[in-house]
Amino acid sequence: MSPSSSSSSSSSFSSRSPLHLAVALDGTGWHPASWREPVSRPGELFTAGYWAGLVAEAERGLLDFVTIEDGLGPQSSHPFDPDDRTDQVRGRLDAVLVAARVAPLTRHIGLVPTAVVTHTEPFHLSKAIATLDYVSTGRAGLRAQITARPNEAAHFGRRTIPRIDAYDSPAAQEVVTGLFDEAADYVEVVRRLWDSWEDDAEIRSTATGRFVDRDKLHYIDFQGRHFSVKGPSITPRPPQGQPVVTALAHRTVPYRLVARQADVGYVTPHDTGQARAIVAEIRAEQEAAGRAGDILHVFGDLVVFLDDDPAEAVARRERLDALAGEPYTSDARVFAGTPDRLADELQELQGAGLSGFRLRPAVLGHDLPAITRRLVPELQRRGAFRHAYEAGTLRGLLGLPRPANRYAAATA
Amino acid sequence: MSKPLKRIHLAAHFPGVNNTTVWSDPEAGSHIEFGSFAHFARTAERARFDFLFLAEGLRLREQGGRIYDLDVVGRPDTFTVLSALAAVTEHLGLTGTINSTFNEPYEVARQFASLDHLSGGRAAWNVVTSWDAFTGENFRRGGFLPQEERYSRAKEFLATAHELFDSWHGDEIVADRVTGTFLRDAKAGAFVHHGRHFDIEGRFNVPRSPQGRPVIFQAGDSDEGREFAASGADAIFSRHATLEAGRAFYTDVKRRLAAYGRRPDQLLILPAATFVLGDTDAEAEELAKEVRRQQVSGATAIKHLEFVWNRDLSSYDPDGPLPDIDPDLGEHHIARGRAQVRMYRDPLATAREWRELAAANGWSIRDLVIETGNRQNFVGSAATIARTIDDLVQADAADGFILVPHITPGGLDAFADRVVPLLQERGVFRTEYEGPTLRDHLGLALPHSRLRSSGETSMDDAGGERTAS
Repeated sequence: MSPSSSSSSSSSFSSRSPLHLAVALDGTGWHPASWREPVSRPGELFTAGYWAGLVAEAERGLLDFVTIEDGLGPQSSHPFDPDDRTDQVRGRLDAVLVAARVAPLTRHIGLVPTAVVTHTEPFHLSKAIATLDYVSTGRAGLRAQITARPNEAAHFGRRTIPRIDAYDSPAAQEVVTGLFDEAADYVEVVRRLWDSWEDDAEIRSTATGRFVDRDKLHYIDFQGRHFSVKGPSITPRPPQGQPVVTALAHRTVPYRLVARQADVGYVTPHDTGQARAIVAEIRAEQEAAGRAGDILHVFGDLVVFLDDDPAEAVARRERLDALAGEPYTSDARVFAGTPDRLADELQELQGAGLSGFRLRPAVLGHDLPAITRRLVPELQRRGAFRHAYEAGTLRGLLGLPRPANRYAAATA
Repeated sequence: MSKPLKRIHLAAHFPGVNNTTVWSDPEAGSHIEFGSFAHFARTAERARFDFLFLAEGLRLREQGGRIYDLDVVGRPDTFTVLSALAAVTEHLGLTGTINSTFNEPYEVARQFASLDHLSGGRAAWNVVTSWDAFTGENFRRGGFLPQEERYSRAKEFLATAHELFDSWHGDEIVADRVTGTFLRDAKAGAFVHHGRHFDIEGRFNVPRSPQGRPVIFQAGDSDEGREFAASGADAIFSRHATLEAGRAFYTDVKRRLAAYGRRPDQLLILPAATFVLGDTDAEAEELAKEVRRQQVSGATAIKHLEFVWNRDLSSYDPDGPLPDIDPDLGEHHIARGRAQVRMYRDPLATAREWRELAAANGWSIRDLVIETGNRQNFVGSAATIARTIDDLVQADAADGFILVPHITPGGLDAFADRVVPLLQERGVFRTEYEGPTLRDHLGLALPHSRLRSSGETSMDDAGGERTAS
């Protein structure tokens, strides 16, 4: 893009640090009828070009990163069971592979695929994300997601997950707490494996004939309730050392996972009061986990319908709801309005303690360009968003230092 | 008497984690940076190769209880790097070795179907299996599989993956904006598999990919492995690249096809082959000797001897004579995570034979390991190598070769520039790709979408072994 206002004058918001912006890619957009919009390309959903185009657009808007949704079963309108609907997008490609396919075609933007940690192998995922970091030269992240869906457990057939009816019941809480504890172990294994090679383990010493210094390769010897993993990884430590770990969280148990293991948590406050309360809870958990000194971003998730005319945004939402046959609801706040008004709202939420946002475009073909070409310039005008990529890695864009290796002998 | 010339298939094996790969050469580059993979893949595509091949190993090898440090160590995740390579190539097939023991069918099927979509129909799967508890220590399931069951699991794994690939027929997505119909069939992707190793059911969530399913490779050499390949694989990654052994293997495997109602051209035999190219044959021979010495350092020679002796031989001088003591015939404990240890079935006899050879020729330990080790398959000028490859293929010792260069990433460059044009002049290798998919390059038909029914599978036997990596 060619921002005309490259030398934006300082504004009343200039005292604030810039906010971070990510966009969540899923199908043709987050509204279930989004695929029916003329601007959408549902026939291309399973091609590389479709995803490359979306990520190029996000990079044009200088966004920090994209996330890519995924799951170990077809999408469903029901929270715990499959549905038999034929009027919504069904089917998706493996998100890690989509991210890898796009990586060589982009240069700056972070790539954060979703990975389900409930039925999969931490050893495989650790090397997959490390490899994504290599093929993107330091722009990889991971969104860890659990699944409590019994039908997805049946796709693997190795364990059953008790059917739960609602997330609030005590029985459900027990199931979900167990899955999140397992997820915390899983991320711990993934992270230890990333550190299982020290940065300078490869020595290529022709004098001794040794390719690696094996004192700098480490067994991780993880033993937990759900699995044991020996290590080291087969993949050397990735360029960022530790790729960026993220997770979506709606209540205390997942907030704890974010506080213990993540670099970025996505939360869903519907106003600044809720935002303040959630951030306070996560910060308390972060302290309890002994991570008070670490940078931990808390991003707000919002579904967005963006138009220059606020009435048009609302009308678009209503039109899509009519096509879908029901009003769209979401865990996240649904915003329908102008980019300027959204910028106001983001800055208000930022004031409540959020350091960035993951926007979920209702219709990718419409609302993603509205973010990159309308919202971003407005935030830039206010001094609230970057004018150029300032770092070569995703950790760099997020202000995260490259971490020391937990296994490296203390030498400093 | 004169039959039409066979078209040769060529593939490029990214240099592996073993001592074929010479990392100490000044020209050797990174084995992990994406730039090396991209360079290698682009060279293969420039030369109009059929595909790139990646091996896999899921635990770092150990010897004497420590990580083996004399060879290249470290490799990327197979699926992830292949998907990235799809972005920097347009036609090249992308073959990944994926283990059927430490994975689950639903996930692997999604990954291959996704790779096939994202590459526009260029994915292939070299199905291997292992059983060792050593590798299992990196996985949830641990070393759960008795050795004798690995074939049965591999067979059922592949059959189950096929059921998942075939759970979409390819015409389900209509995406009709006007009627609001995205899917024609509410049951798209439905599958049920009740078997001994896998008891799964539900919905597969990746629509049918351009090739229907990936091209299937098999790498095992045992009778079971050959039978498995004959029953359902599209290609074999074999180790028999010489005329006599190649013809024997080729004849044996192709003969087995009829029992499965398959024609000889439905299974390609593609041996792995190393090469050393020189300006003249004599220069190439000299170079080949040098490369073999680079591949077997004194330290490597001692480690290699330990496979046979099953003892710590680190106190021996590689430039001195072979050990007087006999091999330890107890359970093999010296080397873990590699296939070579199974090559020596009678260590006492091998040790005796090697001592006699060394004594007769005046060889040191290092000399012996170099001389008894594999020589490069193709050594010579470009003209000699082109003729040799063509002759082997026309003589039905192979349908083509999977070339294994010893230098990363540039080890294929000279072959691409100098040998391939000669094969093209001979009219036995393509000058342009004729279609977009790997099946097009290999001359394989698209698979029919088979219906799931009555537990019938197309496999009567199964196999696959750890690919020599």
